[in-house]
Amino acid sequence: MSDALAPAVPLDTASPSDTDPPPAHRNPPVTATAPASGSSQRVVPLRNPGRWITSAVALVLLAQIVHGLATNPFYQWDRFHYWFARPVITDGLVVTLEVTAYSAVLGLLGGVVLALARLSRSPVLRAISWVYIWLFRSVPLIVVLLFLYNFSALYRTLSLGVPFGPSFWHFDESKLATDMMIAVVGLSLNEAAYAAEVVRAGILSVDQGQHEAAAALGLPRRYQFARIVLPQALRAIVPSYVNQLIGLVKGTSLVFYVSLLDLFGSVQSMGSTYPGDIVPLLLVATVWYVILTSVISVVQFYVERHYSRGALRTLPPTPLQRLRAGLTTLIVRIRRETAT
Amino acid sequence: MSVLNAEARSATTHLAADADEPAPVAVEVHGVHKWYGAHRVLDGIDLTVAAGEVTVVLGPSGSGKSTLLRVINHLEQPTLGHVSLGGEPIGVRWHRGRLRELSERQILTQRGRIGFVFQNFNLFPHLTVLENVAAAPVATGLQRRTEAEQSARELLDRVGLGEKADAYPRQLSGGQQQRVAIARALAQRPGVILFDEPTSALDPELVGEVLAVIKDLAAGGTTLVIVTHEIGFAREVADRVVFMDGGRIVEQGTPAEVLDRPRHPRTQEFLSRVL
Repeated sequence: MSDALAPAVPLDTASPSDTDPPPAHRNPPVTATAPASGSSQRVVPLRNPGRWITSAVALVLLAQIVHGLATNPFYQWDRFHYWFARPVITDGLVVTLEVTAYSAVLGLLGGVVLALARLSRSPVLRAISWVYIWLFRSVPLIVVLLFLYNFSALYRTLSLGVPFGPSFWHFDESKLATDMMIAVVGLSLNEAAYAAEVVRAGILSVDQGQHEAAAALGLPRRYQFARIVLPQALRAIVPSYVNQLIGLVKGTSLVFYVSLLDLFGSVQSMGSTYPGDIVPLLLVATVWYVILTSVISVVQFYVERHYSRGALRTLPPTPLQRLRAGLTTLIVRIRRETAT
Repeated sequence: MSVLNAEARSATTHLAADADEPAPVAVEVHGVHKWYGAHRVLDGIDLTVAAGEVTVVLGPSGSGKSTLLRVINHLEQPTLGHVSLGGEPIGVRWHRGRLRELSERQILTQRGRIGFVFQNFNLFPHLTVLENVAAAPVATGLQRRTEAEQSARELLDRVGLGEKADAYPRQLSGGQQQRVAIARALAQRPGVILFDEPTSALDPELVGEVLAVIKDLAAGGTTLVIVTHEIGFAREVADRVVFMDGGRIVEQGTPAEVLDRPRHPRTQEFLSRVL
């Protein structure tokens, strides 16, 4: 066995191989130059010039893009600056936030109800939930919104009562259906269908043993769901639902078609009044949407961190902690380098 | 290792000392059959466990041991027959000479009085050890929160894990998790505790600490039904050994009778393979 390795060794060891006792010292030629106290030496990290070069190229490309954005007069940054916080834009922003907030809450509540219905033991509830999800995932959001917009033409009054029998409650549809109401209802109906699947996936991701342990302890049904299953399901639900939420933020731009002036609607109408400013106005919308998404992402990080308690042995560091730790190691490294 | 032993041994001294142990309860299994579709898992089980008695159930895998335990606390509903605890039927009630299903709420209340320890612990990972133990007595209205946390701490001391109260289950070893699970079962002050292969998921060196805790419970006079593969342990703690095969009770008796002089060929064959 060891003889078979023999020819490879002298290639590495320029030092006289005849002094080497064959089996023991054969493999690592490095040991020949290692100091006596080498047992707990710090390993010098491998240099990686390829990585340095690609990073440099990427940085140059990035700088070019930034330079183009900043210097190309086509973007009209002065007009961007003029429009960015105009009341007409911020009013639209508030509408976007309102529509998003209402639809996110209603959509999630609806989603939880639909998910529970799909997981229930009643075949009727399961079927209804399945049909709802199937329908609203099939119909484009814009179609739902336009349908609701024309709803008051289809049903002049809404009433609550026994089907085919007497009714107890009457609503005048035209008074009830404000533009905001139509937008929120349309988005919530749509959102609930997707949220239902997100919530259901989360509930299914909880280990069967957890349900059994909760049942074996005799915990009340509601407590089992609210305190045992849901908190564990949320770990899987939060990332998918935030995805959904970000889609919703951008989906609100469709409410423009039911004559509600949200952020995108304001930009669009200002753009048709001042056609020369269309590009800076689109930039304004872009930056505001980016800001909204970024805020959501930050909140997501902390919510996820909260729900990973117990699931991870140590919580992931916050960006601030990571920055601090990074700086400390950098300082330590610089000190060590300058010392030697 | 020696620390763990010390913990387990300290548990020994605490356990017997407890004054207000809940009264042990007798378990009776009456003609229980269980089918999953066409697959027959339990085939007419009749079993009586006297109050305070320790029964160890042995048998090859697939013999229906675990299903029997799960039928006793009604995690599984028997297809035929029923189980009663201290004379009270579980999951059902007598009504005009027939057995009728109870509501889920009533079943949950009954289950609260039966301790169950799972093979895979099934601790709630998002709750601390203390919260795991204190959750059920609070949620079922047995105790107020402060009271429940106080007795949870005492229970954790009894299983030798007093200082782990604020840890999360994943930060503990398997043996420690199983001891927490036993404390969690004890928190409901059950009249009977069922153990479903409590040491099968443990590394061999952690088995001892869990068995030590169970042994102390046995000495304390609680009714225990234990499914296990630890024959030596069965010999030591069992008042009675039940051998199951193919969904039936093949043989039962004292450990000396069943383990040393088995009469049934299936028992002899099983013991010759595991011993």
